[in-house]
Amino acid sequence: MPLGAYLTLAALVFAIGLFGVLTRRNAVGILLGIELMLNAVNINLVAFARFHADLAGILFTLFTISITVAEVAVGLAIVIVIFRVRRTVEADHLDLLRG
Amino acid sequence: MTGRVGADDLALLVLGLPFASFLLLALVRPLRRSAPAAAVVSIAAIALAFVGAYLTLQWSVHRAAAVNPSTTWSWIPADGGPMATVGVMVDELSMLMLLLVTLVSLLVQVYSWAYLADEPRSSLGRYYAYHSLFAFSMLGLVLSPTFLQMFIFWELVGLCSYLLIGFWYDRPAAARAAVKAFWITKLGDLGFVAGIVMLWSVTGTFDFWTLFTMGSMGTLPVEALPPIMFLIYLGAVGKSAQFPLHVWLPDAMEGPTPVSALIHAATMVTAGVFLVTRAFPLFRFAPDVLTLMAWVGAFTALLAASMACVEGDIKRVLAYSTISQLGYMMAAAGAGSPEAGFLHLLTHGVFKALLFLGAGVVIHVFHTNDLFRMGGLRGQPVVWLPFVVATLALAGVPPLPGFFTKEAILAGMLEVHRWGPFTLLAVTAFLTAFYMFRVVFLTFFGRPHHSGPAHHHVPWLMHAVCWALAALTLARGLQVAFFSGHHAGEGPDWLPAFSLTLAGAGILLAWAMYQRALVDPARVAAVLRPIDWMARRRYGLDALFAGLYRAILLGFARLIGWIDRYLVDGVLNALSAWTLRAGDRLRRLQSGQPQDYVYGVAFGALLLFVLAQWRLR
Repeated sequence: MPLGAYLTLAALVFAIGLFGVLTRRNAVGILLGIELMLNAVNINLVAFARFHADLAGILFTLFTISITVAEVAVGLAIVIVIFRVRRTVEADHLDLLRG
Repeated sequence: MTGRVGADDLALLVLGLPFASFLLLALVRPLRRSAPAAAVVSIAAIALAFVGAYLTLQWSVHRAAAVNPSTTWSWIPADGGPMATVGVMVDELSMLMLLLVTLVSLLVQVYSWAYLADEPRSSLGRYYAYHSLFAFSMLGLVLSPTFLQMFIFWELVGLCSYLLIGFWYDRPAAARAAVKAFWITKLGDLGFVAGIVMLWSVTGTFDFWTLFTMGSMGTLPVEALPPIMFLIYLGAVGKSAQFPLHVWLPDAMEGPTPVSALIHAATMVTAGVFLVTRAFPLFRFAPDVLTLMAWVGAFTALLAASMACVEGDIKRVLAYSTISQLGYMMAAAGAGSPEAGFLHLLTHGVFKALLFLGAGVVIHVFHTNDLFRMGGLRGQPVVWLPFVVATLALAGVPPLPGFFTKEAILAGMLEVHRWGPFTLLAVTAFLTAFYMFRVVFLTFFGRPHHSGPAHHHVPWLMHAVCWALAALTLARGLQVAFFSGHHAGEGPDWLPAFSLTLAGAGILLAWAMYQRALVDPARVAAVLRPIDWMARRRYGLDALFAGLYRAILLGFARLIGWIDRYLVDGVLNALSAWTLRAGDRLRRLQSGQPQDYVYGVAFGALLLFVLAQWRLR
């Protein structure tokens, strides 16, 4: 398969993730969307590494995955704390920064 | 040459003494708060200055006329010589003036000691501090060898006048009079400063001696002088209370009586005459200005005399008579005989100070300024004799000095055939005798108007000063009469008899009206109804100035105030209000919804993407 197919897949996954981030009202759903977007990037990296025969891309992906895990852990922890304090994780209700 | 150096040093010392006294009184608070100490310091300084002035006069009389009498030090350095110099000018003019100023200051300060004994101690200290500053300023003005230095001291003198008129600053009338005097004289000073700057720009110097030398060598730009001299003359008009800027002087009588005697009769108001006399070699090049000066002086003399005839306040009568006599002096200068005017200035300084101090005694006795509530002092010659001596001197009765100096002025008028001003001045001489004896008869010889033992005790010191001045007046008159040949050759033969007749007629009329009641004053007033009506309203000049002040100055102030409040402040207020409102609107952007921000980021990224694509194409 050509490189374009992988890149198209990555773009689709990224778009789905963005759509999720923008439309989900639940904080956990938003986190999931972010995960999808990150993984779309991973697909890009791996695809380029493969087609350019360069291991650096794969190595980079490994870093990204581990950072993603940490990010999810921190993100979920924040969501849980928010839930404890505000008894909700609905994004619409979390507007403490409103001007 | 040793004598010359000594005279200059001595003149500087005379100038420095009152200043040292002022500094001492101004800076050392306990000294100022304790009245006796302050008075002693001030009086000692001015007494020493008087002795110094006398010695300086003795040392400097024998100086050759062609020698430059000024000693100067450079002050504002510039390329090609100093731009301005300061120093002292020791010639006969300044020395005589120095003597007059120190003498009158000394006597007035001694007199004040008794007159203001009831004042609070601290304000008396302030009074003496002002007096010392005034003496310093006036001496500096008199000794000035340059226009610039003279202007500086000129303004200082104006400041002292302001401070002393407003000495009782908690009285609204005094405060208003002080401001009025300041404003009106400033009006003239504007002309003065413009004049000396213009003079500098055409000649490159402020120095009197240099200017006079240029004048006699013919290197002066003569065609540029008339407007300049007119402007300088304006300064003299303000300071010496010439029409139409005379309105401040009667109001200045709100100050303590000794202040009126010193500043508003004997010395400061003569600064204008002194200026004209000093700069006369320059005024000679502006004959039109001299003509104007003669006419304005004569007119001022007559106008003020007519107002003095209807005034009921003893100090104001004296104030109008001062204006009138200043008019005489200026007219003399305008007629080309400034030395006659200057001699009149010297003698007038002495007897006018005496008149004011005598009026102070009278006010002390009656506790009122109103002429019509006085009277019945015939039995106390100790009170009235000095006053009558001064009155005779002012009215122009020989052998008192006023007669000779006034005659010299009239003779000077005739010499240049100025019949118009001469006529005005002759009428003024008659009126002067009339209104002064009106005061004398009403104050001393009329019926007593109050009942009970209202005669207050007058301190002997006040009498002593008055008698000393009276003796001086008499001595001066006798000196002129017997030793100076009283300028015999100057006027026509009929002039002494003529002026004596005028004075006698004035005295007789006053006697008939106010002593014998042969003529009813009201009937005379009815005959001269328009003049009486106008004079009682001061010819509307005060009202005119007040109206101008209100219309122009206050109007201008109001306009500026409006601009400041609504334009300057308005722009700032509008800007800040807009900033606030814009901020208020803009903060709505911050919805606090994370997804809105993501929308923003996504949209921005998309925009960048599109832009990049479009650019690449």
